[in-house]
Amino acid sequence: MLSRRNPQLNNHGELIHLLSIEGLPRAILTQILDTAGTFLSVNDREVKKVPLLRGKSVFNLFFENSTRTRTTFEIAAKRLSADVINLDINRSSTAKGESLLDTIANLSAMHADMFIVRHAQSGAPYLISQHVAPHVRVINAGDGRHAHPTQGLLDMYTIRHFKKDFTQLSVAVVGDIVHSRVARSDIHALTILGVPDIRAVGPKTLVPADLAQMGVRVCHQMNEGIRDADVIIMLRLQNERMSGAMLPSAAEFFKSYGLSLEKLALAKPDAIVMHPGPINRGVEIESSVADGSHSVILPQVTFGIAVRMAVMSTIAGNSAGNTASHSSGSTA
Amino acid sequence: MLQLDAEALYADLRKGVRNLLHERDAPSVLVGIWTGGAWLAERLQKDLGLSGEHGVISSALHRDDFSQRGLASGNDATQLPFDINGAHILLLDDVLYTGRTVRAAVNELFDFGRPASITLAVLVDRGGRQLPMAAAHASVRLSLPASRRLRLARRDDGGFGFVVQDEDS
Repeated sequence: MLSRRNPQLNNHGELIHLLSIEGLPRAILTQILDTAGTFLSVNDREVKKVPLLRGKSVFNLFFENSTRTRTTFEIAAKRLSADVINLDINRSSTAKGESLLDTIANLSAMHADMFIVRHAQSGAPYLISQHVAPHVRVINAGDGRHAHPTQGLLDMYTIRHFKKDFTQLSVAVVGDIVHSRVARSDIHALTILGVPDIRAVGPKTLVPADLAQMGVRVCHQMNEGIRDADVIIMLRLQNERMSGAMLPSAAEFFKSYGLSLEKLALAKPDAIVMHPGPINRGVEIESSVADGSHSVILPQVTFGIAVRMAVMSTIAGNSAGNTASHSSGSTA
Repeated sequence: MLQLDAEALYADLRKGVRNLLHERDAPSVLVGIWTGGAWLAERLQKDLGLSGEHGVISSALHRDDFSQRGLASGNDATQLPFDINGAHILLLDDVLYTGRTVRAAVNELFDFGRPASITLAVLVDRGGRQLPMAAAHASVRLSLPASRRLRLARRDDGGFGFVVQDEDS
């Protein structure tokens, strides 16, 4: 009988890959957040390096463009003393028609220990995790519209840093939710961590109808959606993902769903404003808000390095054990 | 059946540390290794009426068994509220055994600067050293079977006791 264990966990329930927040127990999320706190202090030291991943080879496989996320993963890996190799896939063998699994097999033959994968296809990191050797680890840096788990974790770290107790919060996620893997990961994480009031705010064309089943309150009026919120997570309008006319124009979007100082006044007086970046000034968020005192957008970036260090060191330190997909039964 | 009076050993440690602090080129600042050493440093700082603050240090990031045991959860972070450069440090731990924890703690200290000296004081030296580490003061020297784990415990009223556990494997 095949057990339906979460493929991210070994048979002791420890994290060995990070593919999605969905299905992870609260204890694992909390452990990563706690560990990230330790690494935050490392980034303040004279010597910003600890030897946990010394001698390990971390391969950044970014099939979709991203300088920001790739850079923070590179910094995180280097602070853990790992060797980092950045693969520019567009100019590589994939362009010559090599399949994803062939690419992975070739890189594995170069003794990669960890793959950080961003891919336009949902599920690509999962596929890779099922085909690597037992000691190799995979982190999803964003797959299609499915998940961006490290962003979800750093968003949770940010919320915990400023607001402390998840169980007392109202959190509004605003904008292009249907195209956003960040929104999905955030909503899963907020739910697992016990946030009682989660609101998904946006036009009907950009907010999936089935969110209500997850206990999320769907609001198509922004005023209602952010009223008395403790945390507002603004999402970028995903121009490159939208096919078909889902909105009249960016200006119309800002009028109804952009975050201005006026609208922000409806939230709690000490509300924090978050954004995964990059921001489109004047489309989903006004400059005065993005640069204002409620904004924690830049701290999110700093926390992102510590959180990624925590994820990498946590999964690198857990052995594969006897996972269902590897019949050899040998441990790393 | 092992019977250790933690409070009596602590009293002896306090005397020993007071002597160490009065030597030439004496240590001037206490740093305790989490968790037992940190408790000792905290109480010594108070009981000896020392000025300034003590430091606490985690060995978690420099351990040599990371690939076997992974990252320890519940990491209490290193906090050193003074300049390491040129400091004479008195490092404190509850039990000195293989010496690997002390080695990791020293590596961690060196990430913050260059101390002038590091002196080690412990409650229990249980032998079994696997690295060339030595304590300038140990309140008791004894030997225990490898499978027995010994560590300090702290009651709610701040009093010390020992926890002895037998590990399988």
